[in-house]
Amino acid sequence: MDIHEYQAKALLAGFGVSVPQGGVAYSPEQAVFVATEIGGWHWAVKAQIHAGGRGKSGGVKLCRTYQEIAAAAKAMLGTTLVTHQTGPAGKVVHRVYVEKAEPYMRALYLGFVLDRKVERIRVIASAEGGMEIEEIAQQKPDTLLQQQVDPAVGLQAFQARELAFGLGLNLKQVNQAVTTIMGCYRAFRDLDATMVEINPLVVTKDNRVLALDAKMSFDDNALFRRPKISEMRDPAEEDPREAQAAEFGLNYVGLTGQIGCIINGAGLAMATMDMIKFAGGEPANFLDVGGGASPERVAAAFNLVLSDPNVKAILVNIFAGINRCDWVAQGVVQAAKALRVPLVVRLAGTNVEEGRRLVRDSGLPIITADTLAEAAQKVVAAASGVAS
Amino acid sequence: MSILIDADTPVIVQGFTGDKASFHAREMISYGTKVVGGVTPGKGGQTHLDRPVFNTVKEAVHATGAEASLAFVPPPFAADALMEAADAGLKLVCIITDGIPAQDMMRVKRYLRRYPKPKRTTVVGPNCAGIISAGKAMLGIMPSNIYLRGNVGVVSRSGTLGYEAGAQMKELGIGITTSVGIGGDPINGSSFLDHLMLFERDPETKAVIMIGEIGGPQEAEAAKWVRENMSKPVVGYVAGLTAPKGRRMGHAGAIISAEGDTAAEKAEIMRSYGLYVAPSPAELGRTVALALSKA
Repeated sequence: MDIHEYQAKALLAGFGVSVPQGGVAYSPEQAVFVATEIGGWHWAVKAQIHAGGRGKSGGVKLCRTYQEIAAAAKAMLGTTLVTHQTGPAGKVVHRVYVEKAEPYMRALYLGFVLDRKVERIRVIASAEGGMEIEEIAQQKPDTLLQQQVDPAVGLQAFQARELAFGLGLNLKQVNQAVTTIMGCYRAFRDLDATMVEINPLVVTKDNRVLALDAKMSFDDNALFRRPKISEMRDPAEEDPREAQAAEFGLNYVGLTGQIGCIINGAGLAMATMDMIKFAGGEPANFLDVGGGASPERVAAAFNLVLSDPNVKAILVNIFAGINRCDWVAQGVVQAAKALRVPLVVRLAGTNVEEGRRLVRDSGLPIITADTLAEAAQKVVAAASGVAS
Repeated sequence: MSILIDADTPVIVQGFTGDKASFHAREMISYGTKVVGGVTPGKGGQTHLDRPVFNTVKEAVHATGAEASLAFVPPPFAADALMEAADAGLKLVCIITDGIPAQDMMRVKRYLRRYPKPKRTTVVGPNCAGIISAGKAMLGIMPSNIYLRGNVGVVSRSGTLGYEAGAQMKELGIGITTSVGIGGDPINGSSFLDHLMLFERDPETKAVIMIGEIGGPQEAEAAKWVRENMSKPVVGYVAGLTAPKGRRMGHAGAIISAEGDTAAEKAEIMRSYGLYVAPSPAELGRTVALALSKA
């Protein structure tokens, strides 16, 4: 789960990380009010969306007057911002963050990730802040400083000091950088984050070390014990179909093809989508109905898949382990009664005979298949209007 | 022979008295698995499925001589259950649970390293379908009838795609020694590499199929090891050609977030290290047949 910059900054500030003064606003008037509250001469107005690359796409505006703040907020709010991270559809800006502008001498990079290779938290820092980490890794790999955290004891102060001195900071700055690094690490650990990124981490003329931007992602599996983080979820940032799917315990990812997929198991779902591609089609979605696919859940899956107007045919592929084919078949037969597109069903595994019998005896025009290859060929043919 | 479990491996079930655990324990028993008891804290002294229930894993090990466990414990308590099993000296714990926080697994992996290698517990999973040594024993939730006894090892991230492989092989008359699901999470108890090493040592296994997914460095690491150390032919497949970057495809670990994470890149790495890469998921069985003919 991702959160907004202003939320991440508030969380990190609670762990001792210094951030510029600022406040969130939902209207140009509010934006001006925030600026009067925090005072100063220059402000940054920043569009709050769950994607980076805002600066290059008009999502960050430096302002010198209240009029400029109002104009910048007005220009951003309600508009769709397209950055290289949003995809071509872009994201609608529903709120802006107004923050005191802080002139700085240096821009650094600081990131925390869960490294799958070493199965530990990895801290990455670079003197080349402002660039994206992928760019830094490609163009200036020798500027990357790294530390791994032993989960038994956590990040140690000496590791933070090594990073801070490695960044070429002076003694005054080093102490603040250590506080920042340790604070980010504690936030990562205590809030079950999967990513914390401060880019840029800046050094001001008066030797302050500030997080000018902040990104945090959290482990969905740990939200059950992080209710305050769960509350930060912004439904406007999510695909409404994916949110609906989650309510039914389904896993849905919308794609751009014509063949709707309802499958049990993430791996089999991905493999079935591969097979559709090999057969000359394109999947409209990823959908894992999971274990224990009750008729209600199967019905919900059908509704979800059909809510995509691009869907021209549906493939149900169930290899039942925990699931039972007869159960799934009952749900499929129910849903198929009011179907506007052709349906191909492939069942295998636990209680397969009973499942197939239910589909056969339903009297509905359901196309059946015994193997993965056959199922993919038949659904691609059905989607293109060819009788199979 | 087979790997990890055998007909006479004494097994306990953690979270024994729960509904799902009871259902699958019954299936395991009827398959011939030597289930000697179970653990549910607070229910020690009771009898469940004609077998004793214990409060702690240590008590269960002491009383039954258990060597392996199947853990059916909800996510908030899963890490604790795994560490308890490791501390009680079990050789193997297979954890089915989906939804364990990644940092919990990170701590579990660190905890396991407290024990010297010969005494260290092997964790299989989480978020997996389990382990089956065909015709001998089952430690998991898979439909057991889709596997023939034979000489191919299977190691897969995905449960259902592992079933698909087993069924395609059976269709061609090819059987398995053991099938292991390592699970779809970003941090697994044990890796492709761990199980490839076991299959390499198992005299009965003549060939292995490893079935991967998008996300993470494990498939590449295992493929490299195959090239350098493995005498048996290995078939590879990586699911997720159509997966877009940055989107989580169901499994917590199935996400393209770094270089080398895509299905195409991983398949290419496997090919470059001499694995037999199945051209599509419908050809898992046929590719295994081809590899066996070269074994």
